[in-house]
Amino acid sequence: MAKTHVTMTVNGAEVEGLVEPRTLLIHFIRENLQLTGAHIGCETTHCGACTVDIDGMSVKSCTMFAVQANGSAITTIEGIANADGTLSALQEGFRQMHGLQCGFCTPGMIVRAHRLLQENPSPTEEEIRFGIAGNLCRCTGYQNIVKAIQYASAKINGVEFREAAE
Amino acid sequence: MIPGAFNYHCPSTVADAVALLSSLGDEARPLAGGHSLIPMMKLRLATPEHLIDLHGIASLKGIRQEADRLVIGAMTTQHELLASPEVSAAFPILKETALLIADPQVRYRGTLGGNVVNGDPGNDMPALMMTLHASYRLEGPDGVRDVAASDFYQGAYFTALEPGELLTAITIPFTASGHGYAYEKLKRKVGDYATAAAAVMLTMANGKVESCSIGLTNLSDTPLLAEAAADAVIGTGLDDDTLKKASERAQEIMSPAADARGPVEYRKHVGGIMVMRALKRAAARAA
Amino acid sequence: MNDMTLTKEQREARLEGMGCKRKRVEDIRFTQGRGNYVDDVKLPGMLHGDFVRSPHPHARIRSINKDAALKVPGVLAVLTADDLKGVNLAWMPTLAGDVQMVLADGKVLFQNQEVAFVVATDRYAADDGVNAVEVDYEPLPVLVDPFKSMDADAPVLREDLEGKMTGAHGPRKHHNHIFEWTVGDRDLTDAAFRKAEVTIKEMISYHRTHPSPLETCQSVCSFDKIKGELTIWGTFQAPHVIRTVVALISKIPEHKIHVIAPDIGGGFGNKVGAYPGYICSAVASIVTGRPVKWVEDRIENLTSTSFARDYHMTTEIAATKEGKVTGLRVHVLADHGAFDACADPSKWPAGFFNIVTGSYDFPTAHLAVDGVYTNKAPGGVAYRCSFRVTEAAYCIERGMDILAQKLGMDPAELRLKNFVRPEQFPYQSALGWEYDSGDYHTAMRKAMETVQYEDLRKEQAAKREAFRRGETREIMGVGISFFTEIVGAGPSKNCDILGIAMFDSCEIRLHPTGAGIARVGSKSQGQGHETTWAQIIATELGIPADDIMVEEGNTDTAPYGLGTYGSRSTPVAGAAIAMAARKIRAKAQMIAAYLLEVHEGDLEFDIDGFRVKGLPERFKSMKEICWAAYNSIPPGMEPGLEAVSYYDPPNMTYPFGAYICVMDIDVDTGVYKVRRFYALDDCGTRINPMIIEGQVHGGLTEAFAIAMGQEIRYDDNGNVVTGSLMDFFLPTAVETPHWETDFTVTPSPHHPIGAKGVGESPNVGGVPAFSNAVNDAFSFLGSTHIQMPHDFWRNWQAAKTLGALG
Repeated sequence: MAKTHVTMTVNGAEVEGLVEPRTLLIHFIRENLQLTGAHIGCETTHCGACTVDIDGMSVKSCTMFAVQANGSAITTIEGIANADGTLSALQEGFRQMHGLQCGFCTPGMIVRAHRLLQENPSPTEEEIRFGIAGNLCRCTGYQNIVKAIQYASAKINGVEFREAAE
Repeated sequence: MIPGAFNYHCPSTVADAVALLSSLGDEARPLAGGHSLIPMMKLRLATPEHLIDLHGIASLKGIRQEADRLVIGAMTTQHELLASPEVSAAFPILKETALLIADPQVRYRGTLGGNVVNGDPGNDMPALMMTLHASYRLEGPDGVRDVAASDFYQGAYFTALEPGELLTAITIPFTASGHGYAYEKLKRKVGDYATAAAAVMLTMANGKVESCSIGLTNLSDTPLLAEAAADAVIGTGLDDDTLKKASERAQEIMSPAADARGPVEYRKHVGGIMVMRALKRAAARAA
Repeated sequence: MNDMTLTKEQREARLEGMGCKRKRVEDIRFTQGRGNYVDDVKLPGMLHGDFVRSPHPHARIRSINKDAALKVPGVLAVLTADDLKGVNLAWMPTLAGDVQMVLADGKVLFQNQEVAFVVATDRYAADDGVNAVEVDYEPLPVLVDPFKSMDADAPVLREDLEGKMTGAHGPRKHHNHIFEWTVGDRDLTDAAFRKAEVTIKEMISYHRTHPSPLETCQSVCSFDKIKGELTIWGTFQAPHVIRTVVALISKIPEHKIHVIAPDIGGGFGNKVGAYPGYICSAVASIVTGRPVKWVEDRIENLTSTSFARDYHMTTEIAATKEGKVTGLRVHVLADHGAFDACADPSKWPAGFFNIVTGSYDFPTAHLAVDGVYTNKAPGGVAYRCSFRVTEAAYCIERGMDILAQKLGMDPAELRLKNFVRPEQFPYQSALGWEYDSGDYHTAMRKAMETVQYEDLRKEQAAKREAFRRGETREIMGVGISFFTEIVGAGPSKNCDILGIAMFDSCEIRLHPTGAGIARVGSKSQGQGHETTWAQIIATELGIPADDIMVEEGNTDTAPYGLGTYGSRSTPVAGAAIAMAARKIRAKAQMIAAYLLEVHEGDLEFDIDGFRVKGLPERFKSMKEICWAAYNSIPPGMEPGLEAVSYYDPPNMTYPFGAYICVMDIDVDTGVYKVRRFYALDDCGTRINPMIIEGQVHGGLTEAFAIAMGQEIRYDDNGNVVTGSLMDFFLPTAVETPHWETDFTVTPSPHHPIGAKGVGESPNVGGVPAFSNAVNDAFSFLGSTHIQMPHDFWRNWQAAKTLGALG
């Protein structure tokens, strides 16, 4: 099968590659670009481990072809940290609130939460739960992920984070 | 789970897309959001030789008002529907339904056109489009035609779409202001298809139902318009007996499949409950 | 150097030792996408393997035609059972003493069984090759129902066993029978039932499910022909065991096998066993001379590697009319699928199911388990529990509720009446275990007070009346579970895997500057060992946890350990860590005595160093002692500060807990809502409360899923109907309830730091709490037991059967 040339901006850098039309975006990111933060958990668009941000949208990159991302601007987990290399508010929140265990869902979860907070900087718990419902986690039971996102929301908004009472 | 090989086409006009579809025939499939087609391709249950990606066609996007109707480009995503002030104002039921479809990521990519056109009985929008008396604009090699949503669905994955035709827009006539609406969907979890779902649009006058339309999702191999059920509530105040009667009339046309969501009997039973609950909620919302 | 400017509390806090909510070391890399999981391993020239799988649950293979597949661009090889026979690997031994086909040898025995392995230059070509292999099957009669497996006319599944009427665990009664395992005093138990004033009997099924970690099973094998060495990166919860198994079956010397378990994306028991994918990728690497990667997809994961449960437990309890239990009799029909691949300690064909007397003082009990073959996937792993302990806890906790109902007694009261009393510990159970410690009454009463149990029952009574009057369509259930787990396998006297005693190990090396490395035989899959193991060392040695690097999963560097499953890491490896640290501390004390010119006995350990008793200013910090260990050691002493400990536990540990679930169910749709879930856990000494809480949240979420809908279901023809995440219930954040956690602390008397393990308690205790809530909700309508899973349609069906739909 003839290969197609694609270019895109990934985490701020111009990248290019030759892909078969059927090459899934997740494989292009993981194999060609060697950005292995985004993971493959189900391949059937249920788990969200492969989530990346494309032109301001959270996308399951196992359900999109690399050719379709030609010309797009993509952010993966590797591009989420602050410019100076320190952890972003979300990354810090996940660590402080114990929002991860095995770490496999974490990149997709953080990239998704990043877009959620861009669209809704002060979400309620219900909005957070609804907003991350495309990402499965098998370890945490989500409760501390919710807290992690609340922590980041508070930090971004410059208010003091108070853990919800048990 | 890797798709078979295919040729990729990304036309920039409807005419080009239609020309490709016509010339490539059965071996070509249009690609919208891809969230139904790509998983099927990964399982090799779909093996098109050509994919015609519609994302490059600007005219398939957008929501605009045309006289007494709202016209929604086929490639408008669920996320865009949710963000649209026009949709919120005229058809809050569209928003209520879109929020019950899949999950946030899928709503960013999934399109209204893709949802209504592939004939999957599990999709939510087809029954709603029938309830809203919507029609589909189909453009093909022989020109343009409009088909009523209620005439479009023929069987699971079988529709009135002719070879070479492309769905370009969905047209929904504006409804009376003050209408009541509800989409009641029972599902096992976020991301699931409906175990049973019912869409209701109605108007009330002096405490009585003046007009009513009821659609049913995933309760047959096509979406259903429950006309007898809707007729049963006209002129009533939706008392318990009437609700029960409407539910029974709706159940008469249901023929769901037994699957992991439950046996046929259960799915019909909850189908009836969804009808009753949607009617009640819609009436409570009507002015 | 004793930093006298710091208070005692500040010095302790700086260590971040045991009891501290230390933030996780692992998170720095995981939150930045810098974890290193198996699929992230990329080697030069690496190939990809993928399986051709059987669409049939039972069929003879007439032929396999590779020709078309070998013509697919990129395909290098197609392996079948005949190819594996050349290296004697068409079959492999299982941990349970059975054998299992690596690739279908003559016939297939379950849907999606591995039939051929296609090796290609990349995963796309491999998948193309899989689709091009032509297999001709002759379908055979299918056996799905375990209750029909031993019928006279049941089809013969395992032709390889024909005529062999003795298996790994004794005599076989039928061609589809695997073993019968009995424990307890049958005569005494039968007598107790004859004399009983009240008895109950119920067949309680625990359905088949699957651990389904978010990362599937995968491996990368690389065989170096020149050196004769095989390196395997894999999703292994027990890497050393894998190395030994590979050595035994491949004949490659064990020192030339390097097994590396990198970061693992959750295990929950799925990654204990050895799977055909591992073997095939190794053989393919030997055949092609290139590294070969195998990555399972989700459908393959759910349908072929390691189911859990599938226990059908006929449960009988004898009691006095006052509610004192006098006997327990359980018969289990265990559906093991096509091969007995249970990952239990070798002598325990039904794991530790004989913990089934639970938290109660049964004077006598008898248990019999029959294992049978069916046309289903093999497995039987401990899905987030110790071996068959969640089945046992479910059995007894449902049984106690059924007894309470029959007696007309409150289920909490019945439990309080029958708990093993604090003064009875160490307690000898009727089925042979010695419970180490417990205070059940305190835990139960604390739970009841916290949820205001009496008020819940009053509310329930009122709601039932309202339901009867037709004022509501909602019913309310209160589910209680009081579980006792048995974890920390295990003492060499009764636990081994393939003959290797189930010890665990730790090696600690302290470097001259006072930092160090600890290598441990366990393997984290998300439990946070890099964080918590350092906390144990911090407390034991007075070295800040931040200065200790923990390494696991590389068999070349870590001491031999039996891995992480069955909540054994803290009870066994955790003890080895403490014991290794204590060896170092003993040597450090000698060095400190030398430096301070006093007798060893004149020193006492004080947070982060040694102090001369009565002379607080005479102090040597551990940091100073580390330097001295490489610089000014006492005459005659070896330099360095290192120790290794292999810990063979004297007993299991017995964590316990009290869980209460409040649930509302809409009878018209069967839709439930978990209104409240309270979980009190007693896991003994708590190393990191933050991580414990996280473990409980996760385990409860898995328990919720299992009880309320998560199921591997086969239709009558042997097809899996819940084989993808559309139908296999993994709840999202929306469905998942809110969890309340609490604790009591009853240390284990035999464990060096008193810890018992916690990761699996919430799954063990959670499932009966949910199920009891559902059953409690329906009980007033006349039901005694409703089988799991309690998904919407089954709840509705229960309501309908009980006449609640009007």
